[in-house]
Amino acid sequence: MNPTDKNLSRRKFIQMTGMTGAALTIGFATPLWAKEAGDLLTAKTAEEQSIELTSWISIDKNGRVTLLNHRAEMGQGSFQSVPQIIAEELEVNLSQVNILFAPGHQTKYGNQVTGGSSTVRESYKRLLKTGATAREMLTEAAAKKWNVNKSECYAEEGNIIHRPSGKKLGYGELVEEAAKLTPPKHVRLKARSEYKIIGKPLARQDNPDKINGKAIFGLDKKIPGMLYAVVERSPRFHGKVKSFDDGATKKIAGVKHVVKVQMPVFADKREGVAVVADSLWAALQGRKALKVEWDDSGFEHLGTEQLYARMKEDLKKPGLSQRTGGNVDMAFEKADKKLTAIYETPYEAHSCMEPLCCIAHCQEDTCEVWGPIQGPDWIQKDLSDVLGMPVEKITVNMTFLGGGFGRKAFTDYTTEAVLISKEVKAPVQVMWTREDDMTQGPFRPGAVYECRGGLDKDGRIMSFQGKMAAQNMNHQWMPNPDKTAYNDSTTEGFAKQYFQSILHYSFADIPTESNIPVMWWRSVYSSTNGFAYESFIDEMAVAAGKDPLQFRKDHLNSDRYTAVLAMLEEKTGWKTKGKNDGWGIAITECFESIVGEAVKVSKNKEGKINIDKVIAVMDCGWYVNPDIIKAQVDGSIIMALGAAVTHEIHFLDGKAVETNFHQYKMPRMTDIGEIEVHIIENDEKPGGVGEPGLPPFAPALCNAIFDLTGKRIRKLPFNLAEL
Amino acid sequence: MAVYNLSVNGKIYKVDADPKMPLLWAIRELANLTGTKYGCGISQCGACTVHLNGNPVRSCSIPVSAAATQKITTVEGLSDNNNHPLQQAWIAEQVPQCGYCQSGQLMAAAALLKRNPNPSDTDIDAAMQGNICRCGTYPRIRKAIKSAAEMMRKPSSN
Repeated sequence: MNPTDKNLSRRKFIQMTGMTGAALTIGFATPLWAKEAGDLLTAKTAEEQSIELTSWISIDKNGRVTLLNHRAEMGQGSFQSVPQIIAEELEVNLSQVNILFAPGHQTKYGNQVTGGSSTVRESYKRLLKTGATAREMLTEAAAKKWNVNKSECYAEEGNIIHRPSGKKLGYGELVEEAAKLTPPKHVRLKARSEYKIIGKPLARQDNPDKINGKAIFGLDKKIPGMLYAVVERSPRFHGKVKSFDDGATKKIAGVKHVVKVQMPVFADKREGVAVVADSLWAALQGRKALKVEWDDSGFEHLGTEQLYARMKEDLKKPGLSQRTGGNVDMAFEKADKKLTAIYETPYEAHSCMEPLCCIAHCQEDTCEVWGPIQGPDWIQKDLSDVLGMPVEKITVNMTFLGGGFGRKAFTDYTTEAVLISKEVKAPVQVMWTREDDMTQGPFRPGAVYECRGGLDKDGRIMSFQGKMAAQNMNHQWMPNPDKTAYNDSTTEGFAKQYFQSILHYSFADIPTESNIPVMWWRSVYSSTNGFAYESFIDEMAVAAGKDPLQFRKDHLNSDRYTAVLAMLEEKTGWKTKGKNDGWGIAITECFESIVGEAVKVSKNKEGKINIDKVIAVMDCGWYVNPDIIKAQVDGSIIMALGAAVTHEIHFLDGKAVETNFHQYKMPRMTDIGEIEVHIIENDEKPGGVGEPGLPPFAPALCNAIFDLTGKRIRKLPFNLAEL
Repeated sequence: MAVYNLSVNGKIYKVDADPKMPLLWAIRELANLTGTKYGCGISQCGACTVHLNGNPVRSCSIPVSAAATQKITTVEGLSDNNNHPLQQAWIAEQVPQCGYCQSGQLMAAAALLKRNPNPSDTDIDAAMQGNICRCGTYPRIRKAIKSAAEMMRKPSSN
C-alpha cells in the first residue's frame, strides 16, 4: 500500500527539494490586506534546508513543480481549481505537477476558511499573479543565461524557449538563477482567449487516489504513538457532567484513560467523558461500559413543536433588522391583489459521509492537528486562545475531507481533540460515531417565513415583504455579535435585480431565541430563503395570471438574469410545453452566482410524484473548470432534494431525535432523475460554484408540483408519495 | 481475543481481534487497509462495502469471526493500477467529489457487474440504492456503471 497523504510536512518538503538542491518558492508573504499582490518573497532551499514554504509554487532542479492548495478539498474541487489557475499563468501542464495541501498559515495564504463558495472568487487574482510572476522570473533567468532580450523568450509546458533560435531550457535548469532575481512588480496576465487550462473540463488530479482507497481522509491518518478516543457527550446540547462511573470501562483491555473534557460550543461549553485507548475498538467498548450522569438544569428542553410555535409567534414582531425600499405598507394597501403566505423549512444535519474526527498532539509548547478541516487558520487562532500558545507554535494540517458543507468549518471537534491530547499527554485521534455526528449539531436552523405581496392591476409586483423568524447563526458563532444589525440573512438568495424592479419592499429577520447550536449548511440562508421567496414569486405569478417564467423575466429585466431565464426557456422547450405539464422554475442568487432551475414532475401509477428531469442554468461568471461546475450543481440539487423531501432533524426534550441514516433518510440513487446543467458564458467576475445550485431546487420542485396538481406546498420536507 | 488469518485481496493478514469486532475495523485498523470507510455502523450507507467470496457485504455489520475463513476483497484489491473497467469509467466520468463513499460505491458496482454484465437502470437502482453519497454523484455513478459494463462486454478489453 502506498496511501496518498497530500499534507506538506517539512520533512517531506526537504526530501523533495533537498536531494535536488535549489527550489524556487514564490508566494505572497503578507496577509491579503497588507501589501500589493506583486510583493513577493523568494527563498532557496539549497542554503536553507529548514526553509519554511511561503508560497504556492516550488520547482526543483529536475523541473518538478509542486503547487500548494491553500483551501480545503471537501469534494468541491479546490484541489483542482487552485492549481489549474496557477498552472495557466505558470505555463505548466497540470498532469505533471505535484499538488499538496498547504498547512494553516494566514499570513502566507490569506483567509483559508473554505466557505461561502469563496476559493476561486476570493483568490483567483492572486493565484494568476503568482503563476505569472514565477513565469516571468524564469523567463528573465533564461534571457540572462542566453544573453538575449527577454521579449524574445516565452514559456511553454515547463520550458523557456528563445523564439529566434529555438533554444530551450527547462524550468529545473533555471530555477536556481530565477530565485536570485527580484520579482517583477507588475506582470502581464493572459487574456481569456489565450487560456489553455482555465475554462477546460480537465480531469481532477485527486480522483485517481479516490478510486483505489489511497486518498487519506481524516480517519485514515495515523501518527506514531497515537491513541484513540471516543467521547460520550451530553445528549442535550449544553449539559454538564454531574458524575461518571468508569469502573467497567477501565476493566476493558486497552483502555488507558477516562477523562472529562469540556469544549466550547460557540459561547457555551459542552461536556463529555472521553475514553482513550490503544485501539479504536477498545475505546468504543470502553464507552459502551461507561455510566455518566448529566446535569442539564438551567437549559430549555425544547421540542420541534415548541420551536416552530415560537418562530410563528416571533413573526408577529416587527423584526430587529430590516432592509426596506419605498413604502411597503402603503403599496400593499393600494395593491389590486394581495397575497400572504407562510413557509416553513426544517432543521438539518450536515451528514458528511465522513463523520467528524481529528488527531491532536498537544505538547508543552507546541500543538499539531491533522484532520478534515475547512478552516485551518481559524483553528490556529482558536487553539491559540484556548491553549494560550502563539499561533506559530500551532500546526494545522488538512487531510481530504469526506464532505464538509459548513460543518467542518466549526472548531469544536478540533478543540476537543486537543484538550484530550493535552490531558493524556499523547497524540490522540478522536472519532465521532455517526450518532455523535448527527445528534450533537450544530444544525442548519429551521425557519418560518411570512411573505406579503401586492400586485398592481397590470399584474406587476407593487410590494414584497419578507419576514423570517429563525435562530440567527451570526448571533451564535460571531464573538460579540451586534444583535441589532442587519446581516443579509433575510435577503440572501433573493435575486438582487428584484430590488430594482419592485419599488416597495421590506425584509426583516426576527432572531428566535434557542440554545440549539446552529451553523452554516451548504448555501446558508439561501438554502431556506430561496424556497420561501421563489415559491411566493410563483404564487404571485399565478395570482397575476402570468406565465411564471415570463413573470420573472418581467421583474428581472437586466442582462445576466435575462440570459439565465432565456437559456432555461430554450433548454426546457418552455414555449412549446403544454399547460399543467408539471414544469416549475425558480431563480436565486447566492455567493455572486445566479442559478435558474427548472423541474419536470409527473405522477406515477401509485400517485407518487416522480422527478423526471431537472435543468439548471448556472451563471458564475469567469470560471475555471466546467466539469466541476456541473458536478457541483448536480450535487447541490441532490442535497436540496434531501432537505425538501427526504430528511429533517426533529427535537424532543432538548435532544435531536434522528440518530443515524435509518431515521435521517438521505437521498439515494433512486430518488432523482436526469439532471442537465448549462453554464452561461460571460466575462463577469467569478462567483461561487459549490453552493449556488442548491437554493432554487426546492422552490422549482414545489412550483412544478403546483403546475401539475394545483397543490401549493409551503412546508418542507414533504412526502412525494402523499400529494 | 482470537487470532485470525484474514485473506484480504489475496494476501493473508494475521490479526489478533475480539471475535465481535466488526470486519470493518479489522480491515482498517488491523490490516491497515483504510480504503474501506466507516459511515454509519448500521448497514445503512454502504461506505464499508467489501466482497466476501465475491458477494457485496457491509463490513460494519459482520463480525470478524464470521469473515475469517472467507475471501475478502476491498477497494485496494479491485486492480493493481486503477485499470478495473469501473475505475477507468469512474475517471472518464469524473465521478468522485469528496470521494469518501466511492470505495463502497465501486465495490457495490463491481459485484453488480460480476453477476450482471448488462444491467438495466432498474438493476443499477437495485444494486446501488444501499450506497449513500452526500455529494450527489449518483447521476455520474449510473453513467460510469453503464460505460464500464460496455467496456467489460467488449472482448478486446480486460
